[in-house]
Amino acid sequence: MLAKRHALGLARAGFRCQNTGARAINQLHKVAVLSSTKRQDLVRIPSHRCLSTTPAFNAQQTPATVDVKEPTVSEGSEGGIYQPKESKPVLKEPLAKNLFLGKLDPEFLVYPEISKEELEFLTELVKPIEKFFAQLDSKSIDQNAKIPDEVLQQLKDLGLFGLQIPEEYGGLNLDATGFARICEVTALDGAIGVTLAAHQSIGLKGILIAGTEEQKQKYLPQLSTGEKVAAFCLTEPSSGSDAASIQTKATLSEDGNTFYLNGGKIWISNGGIADVFTVFAKTEVTTPEGEIQDKVTAFIVERNFGGITHGKPEDKLGIRGSNTCEVHFDNTPVPIENVLGEVGGGFKIAMRILNSGRFSMGSSGAGFLKVLINLTSEHATSRSQFGKKLSEFGLIQEKFSKLAITTYAMESMAYLTARTLDSYDDPDMSVEAAMVKIFSSEGCWHCVSECLQVLGGLGYMKDYPYERYLRDTRILLIFEGTNEILRLFVALQGIQHAGKTMKELLKKLRNPLNNPSLMFKAAWRRSRGKSVIGPEVLKLEGEVHPELEPEAKILDQGIVAFGGAVEDVLSEFGNKVVHEQMKLRRLADICIDLFAMIACISRSSRSLCIGLKNADHEILLTRAFCYEADQRIKRNLYELQPSKRVKMEIDDIHRQIAESVFKQNGYAAEHPLARSY
Amino acid sequence: MSGLRVIVGCKRVIDYAVKIRVKPDKTGVITDGVKHSMNPFDEIAVEEAVRMKEKKLASEVIAVSCGPTQCQETLRTAMAMGADKSIHVEVDAATYENLQPLHVAKILAKVAQEEKADIVFTGKQAIDDDCNQTGQMVAAILDWPQATFASKVEKVDGGLTVTREIDGGLETIKVKVPAVLTADLRLNEPRYATLPNIMKAKKKPMAKKKPADYGVDVGPRQSVLKVEDPPVRQAGSKLDSVESLVAKLKDAGLVPS
Repeated sequence: MLAKRHALGLARAGFRCQNTGARAINQLHKVAVLSSTKRQDLVRIPSHRCLSTTPAFNAQQTPATVDVKEPTVSEGSEGGIYQPKESKPVLKEPLAKNLFLGKLDPEFLVYPEISKEELEFLTELVKPIEKFFAQLDSKSIDQNAKIPDEVLQQLKDLGLFGLQIPEEYGGLNLDATGFARICEVTALDGAIGVTLAAHQSIGLKGILIAGTEEQKQKYLPQLSTGEKVAAFCLTEPSSGSDAASIQTKATLSEDGNTFYLNGGKIWISNGGIADVFTVFAKTEVTTPEGEIQDKVTAFIVERNFGGITHGKPEDKLGIRGSNTCEVHFDNTPVPIENVLGEVGGGFKIAMRILNSGRFSMGSSGAGFLKVLINLTSEHATSRSQFGKKLSEFGLIQEKFSKLAITTYAMESMAYLTARTLDSYDDPDMSVEAAMVKIFSSEGCWHCVSECLQVLGGLGYMKDYPYERYLRDTRILLIFEGTNEILRLFVALQGIQHAGKTMKELLKKLRNPLNNPSLMFKAAWRRSRGKSVIGPEVLKLEGEVHPELEPEAKILDQGIVAFGGAVEDVLSEFGNKVVHEQMKLRRLADICIDLFAMIACISRSSRSLCIGLKNADHEILLTRAFCYEADQRIKRNLYELQPSKRVKMEIDDIHRQIAESVFKQNGYAAEHPLARSY
Repeated sequence: MSGLRVIVGCKRVIDYAVKIRVKPDKTGVITDGVKHSMNPFDEIAVEEAVRMKEKKLASEVIAVSCGPTQCQETLRTAMAMGADKSIHVEVDAATYENLQPLHVAKILAKVAQEEKADIVFTGKQAIDDDCNQTGQMVAAILDWPQATFASKVEKVDGGLTVTREIDGGLETIKVKVPAVLTADLRLNEPRYATLPNIMKAKKKPMAKKKPADYGVDVGPRQSVLKVEDPPVRQAGSKLDSVESLVAKLKDAGLVPS
């Protein structure tokens, strides 16, 4: 079926290349999937919260939360307007997780598209929002650290508060693709983008994902019009990335009808303006074994339940117009029917909420960068120095090229993820979404910084919007899960998937005497940088436009080598791999580059096939991205191997340097002028 | 006279913010891949018609657009703003290049008769060809009174009081319905089409017609000889004294010597 769909996709794209597509797919499916009944390496990823800053990532935290439980992160996607849910196929092969096995379903090289009608409709939706944001005074929002009430009201009137809420509850029922498209525009003002996201990407998402029919009917209609605003309350002073450690308590009354909430939450976006809060608190749960445990439960809490106070809005570096404050619960009574999902099931809900909104940072970032590139290029083409326009200088040209490449990869990944979310029945795209978030947050930060560089002193002045963009962008790397936590999440989810398949193989590899032939095969393949279990070559070049064959080959080699590296890491460290954060970071970085290459190659292949305007430009963007990604991947692969050139592994060196710094509580080297005699 | 039926003409034009480029063969301007939107004056007309409906003066607002398939987007916008239904009179792209105000006026007049309209409302002119003819022609064809360049429309017994923008200031006239109105810039500020209304507009009816359905021959009556960019302004120069300025002006024959 997959092969058929892919062939259709190629035909739709208007070309057929060497008929290797179907063959390659068959090969992929023949790859022996070793059976494994027991899950291994299940790791609970410490959580993180959205839209409020999380404390600095603590290197000691993650290993402590290793846990042999059900995986706690799963993706919840909502049905969109375009396709009734029941007609959607099931996503059989995961995209990113399979990369850890050195595999790729070639279907993912057919860049997904939407119908002409859907496109026209989205274009129509975007028009009034673009018009609204074009006349918005973002400077005063930033200076006054407040979105004026009338602007907030206009945003509500436009319908921006109920984008993904189903129509029967008064929302627009946009699917992931539609939501991503709107986010491109709403991101043009960071404070507004964050206010909207805090309301609907996390604030009310719990009701959408886990709410009962009664809860939906009671809350969603008022939330979708913005008559009531929502907020998401997870982070506490002692609980940032490690969400399971929250202290807020919910105690059940004796009659069993009411929970009483006590505790404090910090850095809550919309905390001062929200009427409905999704609050996470610890409740006592009796396990089937009769043990009493404290488990996280999610609650829908109305401000008028009483006992809720909030602090004054925090004074922040960026997104200053968004409302962020402390929220305190003092014996707030919550009726039992306001428990969201099951008592004790709150952690899972928190993760689903956070995982489901992340993909949109890719389109938000790209939307904002496109405007920024436009502004900056105007400067570069009009300002002259040394008798030449800035745009004629090689170093400036290189910067603009890299801006375009990063933006291209960002939006390609974002829409590949969104479209996949929409096309399948509840697919797990949490790893892909996390990668989109990591790539786009860092891409935005880096690109804004480069634009400021092009603008020189002008960019540093408050008279221009650029320094605000820089400040607004910085939070992206921190909230919605810090990029560090997300890198571990990407790597560990992938490894967990690979581990299941490789379990038997790994056992044999560790017991070489009993399996001499396997050892021989392993040694042979390893010596060539390939995995033992995965295919030696994927033949991806037959799946794309012939113009992109070289890039497909780079991708092919990258995936195969990555599979080998994962196998190496797993056979070396086994379950202890969770403690190898620097190794995991490298695996995540390789995976992100591979995913971005898949998105760029498939998108530009499609553009070329259907003859989109400037398709040649897209090919160049893809070419450049693949070249640079390949360099990064090779470096990461190199560093994953124990090096013979230096005495120790670079990771060990980093570890030791950091230890000295922490021991000294600061920079440990002596002053350059210091003498010992 | 409650329950007026209002027809609004909505032209799809190149967006006002787009820099216009002339085709190399000088037969017209480049429209491919260029952002289009509803003629701003027509948008004002739609807004006024919708406000009339909200004040219960009008019972139904019908948006009409003549042109290629893409005009349907313009009509969807009108319906998202509050028009009840729309009629797309499809004219293929080649014929559309030579479509004149007279053709459109004939079509609008026919539509007005078929729909038993009480008011035909258009923008005072389209920002692409600046003709400023269609509304007046519709009035002539239907032999209805006309109130052009409206900056204020009020209901009075037996008709409408319309304040018109004229060269010397404002002129207030009273017209009986049925009548033709054209909107000027200061009549109102059009609303944003909200997303929920855009969704609802998807379900509003849009009739698809051809000029032949109204018995209108859209064969060209004129031909465009050439379209050119406006002349580039000549650079000026700075003079250092009054004397040299006077001398220059005299040379140019601009002051008597």
